[in-house]
Amino acid sequence: MSSRRFALAAGVIALAGIATPVLAQGAVAAQYRWLTFAVFGVIISITMYVTYLAAKRVKNVADFYAAGGGVSGLQNGWAIAGDYLSAASFLGIAGLISLYGYDGFMYSVGWLVAYITVLLVIAEPCRNIGKYTLSDILAYRNNQRAARIVGALSTITVSTFYLTAQMVGGGVLVKTLIGIDYEISVMVVGVLMLAYVLFGGMVATTWVQIIKAILLVTASIMLVMLVWTPYGFSLPGFLTAVIGDTKVQGQVALLLGDAAKNMTPEQLGQRFLEPGLLFKAPIDQISLGMALVFGTAGMPHILMRFFTVPTAQDARKSVIWAMAIIGGFYVLTLFLGMGSAMKVGAVNIKAIDAGGNMAGPLLAQYVGGGPDSMLGNLFLAFVAAVAFATIVAVVAGLVLAAASAMAHDLYVGVIRQEHVSQQEQVRAARIATVIVGAMAITIGILSKGQNVAHLVALAFAVASSANFPCVLLTLFWKRCNTGGIVLGMVVGTLTAIGLVLVSPNLSYPLAIKAAQEKIIAAETANLAKASADLAAATEAPAQDKLKAAIAKSEKAKGAAEAKMKEIGSDRTSIVGLEKPAFELRNPGIISIPLGFLAVILGSLLYRDKRSEDMWDELYVRQNTGLLLAKPVAH
Amino acid sequence: MVDTTQVDWKAIDSRPEFQELHRKKMGFLWGLMIFSLIYYFLLPIGAAYFQDIYKIKVWGPVNVGILFALSEFVVAWALAFVYARRANNVFDPMAAAIVRDAEKQMGGRK
Repeated sequence: MSSRRFALAAGVIALAGIATPVLAQGAVAAQYRWLTFAVFGVIISITMYVTYLAAKRVKNVADFYAAGGGVSGLQNGWAIAGDYLSAASFLGIAGLISLYGYDGFMYSVGWLVAYITVLLVIAEPCRNIGKYTLSDILAYRNNQRAARIVGALSTITVSTFYLTAQMVGGGVLVKTLIGIDYEISVMVVGVLMLAYVLFGGMVATTWVQIIKAILLVTASIMLVMLVWTPYGFSLPGFLTAVIGDTKVQGQVALLLGDAAKNMTPEQLGQRFLEPGLLFKAPIDQISLGMALVFGTAGMPHILMRFFTVPTAQDARKSVIWAMAIIGGFYVLTLFLGMGSAMKVGAVNIKAIDAGGNMAGPLLAQYVGGGPDSMLGNLFLAFVAAVAFATIVAVVAGLVLAAASAMAHDLYVGVIRQEHVSQQEQVRAARIATVIVGAMAITIGILSKGQNVAHLVALAFAVASSANFPCVLLTLFWKRCNTGGIVLGMVVGTLTAIGLVLVSPNLSYPLAIKAAQEKIIAAETANLAKASADLAAATEAPAQDKLKAAIAKSEKAKGAAEAKMKEIGSDRTSIVGLEKPAFELRNPGIISIPLGFLAVILGSLLYRDKRSEDMWDELYVRQNTGLLLAKPVAH
Repeated sequence: MVDTTQVDWKAIDSRPEFQELHRKKMGFLWGLMIFSLIYYFLLPIGAAYFQDIYKIKVWGPVNVGILFALSEFVVAWALAFVYARRANNVFDPMAAAIVRDAEKQMGGRK
C-alpha cells in the first residue's frame, strides 16, 4: 500500500492549502504569516512521519480500532488529554477567564471532575469486558442486534454533534488567527485527519493526540512562566497586579453597567475575582455541570481510548495521568486568562473575537514583545499552529469513534452478523472512515456562519442522558437488559435533543426584533440629542466629538435595521416557537434522570432471562479481568 | 476469540473471596463517587447562593471563592490518588488471586 506516498501528498496538499495567498486579515500579521506556516509545516511533517510508521503496524482490525491494545498507561494518559482538550477548552476557557474572571475559572473545574466518574466506574470495567466500541459493552449480555443498533446510532449522533462544532469552530478559529478562508481550513483539517485515521488507524491517532497534548502543555507552561515570572511566582502578587489594572477594572465596570457607578477602582478590580460576572442562572450551571461530569464518561471517543491499553491497571493509570495533565492545564489556564486580561485587555481581545477565543494567542504575542516584534509573532505563530493541531487531533478521535460504530457495530455486527474476515473488517473500517470524513467536511462547509457553540453542550447532554445511564446500569445492575438499553438510549437522546430544540439556545426572531427595536429607539434618541447639541455647540473640538458620536449612532442604527431586514417576517424559531418553551440552556438536570428512569423502567417491563443469566459472567469479568483478550503480539 | 463458556461464572461469583472483593469495592467506589459529586456541586451552588462567603479575602486579593475553586483540583487529584492506592494495594491482589484459582480450575478441567 502506498501509504507513504499518500501521506506525503496529503501533507503537501495541506501545506499548499494554507499557503494559498489569501487577503483576509487575521490575528497574525501578513508579513509574519509564513512563521505560522513554518511551525505548522514542522508539526504536519512530524505527524505524517508518525502516520507512515504507524501504517506499517496496522495489520488487523484490532490495530485499526485499538492500536492492538499495545498503548501504555502513560501514553494513553497523554492521548486522552490530547483527545479531550479541544480548541474550545484550550482557547475558550482562557477567553472566558480573560473576560469574566472568576466564573470562567469555575467553569473549567467540571471538565476535570468528570474524570473521577471515568476513573471510578467506567475505565476499568470497560477495558475488562469491551473490545472496540461502546456497543461492545452494551451488547455484552443483551440482544446483539438491538444493543448494537442503538449504541451505534447514539455514537454517531454524539460524535457528529461534537464533530460539527469542532469543524465549524476550527474553521472560524483558523480564519481569525491566520486569515485563511473558512472552506480551505475546513478542508485542510479534513484531509489531514483522513490521512492520519485512514492509514494509521488508532496507532497514528494516538500519536497525533500525544504530540498535540505535549505541544499544548509546553506552549501553556512557557506562556505562564513568562507572564508570572515578573511577580516572583506569587499568586497574591500576580492577582494584585491583575485587579490593579485599569483595563480589568474597565471590563468589570462594563459588565456591571449601572451597578458599577458607586464602586471604587479597587472594588471593581476585586469584583473580577468574585462570582457572578458571567453566570446568572445557577440551575443552568448545575445542569451543565451534570452533563460534564456524567457526559465525559459516556463519550464514545473517550471510552474507545480504554481499549487501546492491555489491562485494567493500565486503564486506571491512563486516567490518573490524564487527570494530572488536564487538571494541570486548567490551572495554567487561570494564569493565561488573568494574564491576558491584564496585559492584552478585554477590549483588544474582543476586537478580534467577541467570544474571547484570542486571549491565549494574543497573550503569546504580548509576552514575546508585542505585535511588531519578531519574537512576539513567533510565539503567536506557535500557538496558532498548536490550535490547528488541536482541532485535527480531536477530529481524528471523533471520526474514528463514528467510523467504528458504523463499520464494527452496524456492518460487521448487525448486517453481516460477525461473518467477516479480518481483511474485510479493516476494509470496512477504512471505507467508514472515508464516509465519516467526507461527511465531516461537507457538514463543516454547509454550516458556515451557523452558531454551533451549543452543539458541544448538546453532545455532552446526549452522552450523559443516553450513553452514561445505559453503560453504568449494564455494568452494575443485574436486572438491566435489552429493553432498558433501547428505551434508555431513545428517551435519553430524544429528551436531550428535544429540550435543546425548544430552549433559548435557538434563535427567536421576535426576541431579536425586540432587541433591535430597542437599539434603534435608543440610537434615534441619541442622534436627536447629539444633533441638537451640535447645533448649539460652538467650539471645534466639541463639534468634532459630537460628529463622531452621530456617526457611531448612525452606524449602530444601520446595523440594527439591517438585522431587522434579515429576519424579515419570520416570527418563530426553526421548530416553530415564538419564545423558548424550556428556560434552561442545558437540559441535563431533566434529561439525565429521565435517561436513568427509562433504563430502569425498560428493564423491568421487558424482563430477559438471558441478560440476568449472563450477569455473573459480566460482573466477574469486569471486576477481575478474567479471560481478558490478550493484545495481539507484533 | 476467548471462549467464555468454559468457565463456571456462577461458581466464581458465589465464592466468598469474590463476594468480599465485591463488597469492599462497591462501598469504596460509591463512597468516593458521592463525595466527589457533592464536593463538585457545592462550588456552583455556593457561587450562586453564598457569594458573600466567596468574597472574603484570605491572602491578599485571593478570596475564599478562588481557594475553593483551586481546592476542587486538589480534591479531584487526591480522590484519584486514594482510589489508585486502594486499587493497587487491595483490589488488584484480591482479583489476581481469584483469577489464579479460576485458571487453575480451568486447567484442571481440560
